[in-house]
Amino acid sequence: MTDINMQQTGSEASRKRLEIIRASLSRRHRAEAIFKGLGIAAIVLALALVGTLFWQVFSKGTPSLFQSTLHLDITFDPEVVEVGPAPEAGSGLSPAEYEEAYLDWRRALALVNWNELIANAIRDVSGTEIDGGDVRALVDNNAGLVLRSRFQDNPDLLGQTVPMDLLVSANGDNWLKGTIDRDLPDERQQLSADTRNLLDELRADDVITMDFAWHLFTNVDSRTAPASAGLAGAFMGSLYMMLIVIVLAVPIGVASAIYLEEFAPQNRITDLIEVNINNLAAVPSIVFGLLGAAVFINYFHLPISAPLVGGLVLTLMTLPTIIIATRAALKAVSPSLRQAALGLGASKTQMVFQHVLPVTFPSILTATIIGVAQALGETAPLLLIGMNAFVASVPASPLDQATALPVQVYLWQGNENRNFFEARTSAAIIVLLGLMLVLNAIAIFLRTRLERRG
Amino acid sequence: MDMIAGRGNMAEQNTDKAAKVDTLSDRRVRVSTRDVCVFYGEKQALYDVSIDVPDRAVTSFIGPSGCGKSTFLRCINRMNDTIEGARVTGKIDLDGDDVYDPSLDVVELRSRIGMVFQKPNPFPKSVYENIAYGPKIHGLANSKSDLDEIVVSSLRKAGLFEEVKDRLHEPGTGLSGGQQQRLCIARAIAVGPEVILMDEPCSALDPIATAVIEELIDELRENFTIVIVTHSMQQAARVSQKTAFFHLGKLIEEGPTEQIFTNPVHKQTQDYIMGRIG
Ligand SMILES: Nc1ncnc2c1ncn2[C@@H]1O[C@H](COP(=O)(O)OP(=O)(O)OP(=O)(O)O)[C@@H](O)[C@H]1O
Ligand SMILES: [Mg+2]
Repeated sequence: MTDINMQQTGSEASRKRLEIIRASLSRRHRAEAIFKGLGIAAIVLALALVGTLFWQVFSKGTPSLFQSTLHLDITFDPEVVEVGPAPEAGSGLSPAEYEEAYLDWRRALALVNWNELIANAIRDVSGTEIDGGDVRALVDNNAGLVLRSRFQDNPDLLGQTVPMDLLVSANGDNWLKGTIDRDLPDERQQLSADTRNLLDELRADDVITMDFAWHLFTNVDSRTAPASAGLAGAFMGSLYMMLIVIVLAVPIGVASAIYLEEFAPQNRITDLIEVNINNLAAVPSIVFGLLGAAVFINYFHLPISAPLVGGLVLTLMTLPTIIIATRAALKAVSPSLRQAALGLGASKTQMVFQHVLPVTFPSILTATIIGVAQALGETAPLLLIGMNAFVASVPASPLDQATALPVQVYLWQGNENRNFFEARTSAAIIVLLGLMLVLNAIAIFLRTRLERRG
Repeated sequence: MDMIAGRGNMAEQNTDKAAKVDTLSDRRVRVSTRDVCVFYGEKQALYDVSIDVPDRAVTSFIGPSGCGKSTFLRCINRMNDTIEGARVTGKIDLDGDDVYDPSLDVVELRSRIGMVFQKPNPFPKSVYENIAYGPKIHGLANSKSDLDEIVVSSLRKAGLFEEVKDRLHEPGTGLSGGQQQRLCIARAIAVGPEVILMDEPCSALDPIATAVIEELIDELRENFTIVIVTHSMQQAARVSQKTAFFHLGKLIEEGPTEQIFTNPVHKQTQDYIMGRIG
């Protein structure tokens, strides 16, 4: 072919080629636009769902952060509080005698009709005479206990009048918040018409106000006094388990991943281990609960319902996640970084710990957070090791009985006083979310700090 | 080609060359290899390579892509150990010590033979720490001031000090490509190696940065034994005193650079230099 010939056919061919490309271009642009649109739609949908979830949780949960509180001037009337003066230590009594006398005094306190004091105070403020039954319907069941412990701490109050804040009963709170239908006929209402009217009256006079429910965070769960039930026990249980998971799963997981990825010889055994770890990540969490019950409780005789056992079970559950993610992160480190270190005469251990690991730190941290957050929200395995037991005290150590936040949500959701506890479950979820947020914040803080140093 | 005959040929050449080029012949041999073969799994990548690397000179390896230059370079500081399935046979001596002697510590070996890679690979740390790392792990600095001195002098030797003296504590990855490569050279120098291996150190750089590094290599020749792999015949001609030509895993020809480029013995060498294979 001559040059001219080539040019002619060349320009002809290139024009045709351009046309073909243009045709395909518009097709490609269309595909791109469609994909982009789909992507945006997916994100909008996801955001909308997350938004709805949050809106649901917060709109339901916030009311329970404020609870009807009765502000009364309680008079510790000596006619009602018929107990002698509290025994004093050292006043001629031997320690054993003092102990005895003090116990007697406390027993006497327990017999006092504290509700009468409340009834008196309400009469003083509203002019309505009410009896003990009305008081029990009006205020939370542990109001008497609150008065008693106040008096026990300070016996000088006898005969004095002090302002006190008492929680309105769960049913009363429902009525005032309107979480129970106010138009329901009498026979279907939980409270008598008189009590309902009294509540409305006290509310109108600002004797009852909606106060921030601190007890939600400081009290433990309660069955007899639902209005003063709190999350403290479950929160501590979750916190202990979280700490155990972090302390155990992170070092063990990262160390196993480093060993498997960097040091272990490539053979059948390591292949087998790898397959098993991958499978473990897919095992339903309840199976880990069964394992925990069988191994930790039945075999090692660790206490039932203890955060220690829960933490161990969740550690087992989290390990595969951390190992897999860490290995993936190690694999992704560019070989040139490894070569740089080895070429300088770094040993393998130095290469791994001084160069490879620091680079993978952010990924490992992210994996850890995901793993721990997953563990924190886990309920099923905890049910199997007895962490759904009703526990009426804040666990002082990981060996004490406790429950966990998600389990508390589960328990409250099942409570018969649905109207009252529905908001509570949302509040518990808010606390759970808050805990995860804190966890994430710590991780981000650590990451930026370490990255800046690196 | 029959390898035995080939080697015989080369031996002849060596005596031949000694008469012509005295600069190389009176230098002692730093690295000597005999019958080195490398296998990647079943596949053989190098066939019976025997060569002597002279002290305080630049030796360049040239040859078409895939001929085994990098493979051979990695044998010298045992970087091949890190490659799964790589196997090396034959004998490689550094100053008479067998590099593959099981009792020899590979960490010590690599402190004696530094390496610079094709792609600049500074650590994602500060310029200072990049250079200080080697001396630190080998315990070469007793105090902070010792270390400072090593860092500064290494940067000076690599011709980088003036450019980075104000950013010693900024990340090394923030330097330009050419600066990064000189940083890597400075990092290798800081350990005080006897031999520096460079695998296409300029292939990722523009002509100006390349010229700077070539000049640097020429200066470093005074204190170090340098082996450089390059794709650029001009570069080999400019910087090296000795050149070895590889083809399909075999060492075809080696000799003083001048002779290889002006008067190659083998036809394959000639073809490659003329640009007929590549
Ligand atoms: N890690 C490896 N695994 C298997 N085979 C390899 C490996 N590295 C190199 N090879 C093979 O060994 C032969 C020599 O490769 P080498 O990298 O040494 O060539 P080279 O001369 O450096 O090429 P280039 O100039 O392109 O860098 C090639 O055929 C290559 O495919
Ligand atoms: Mg190469």
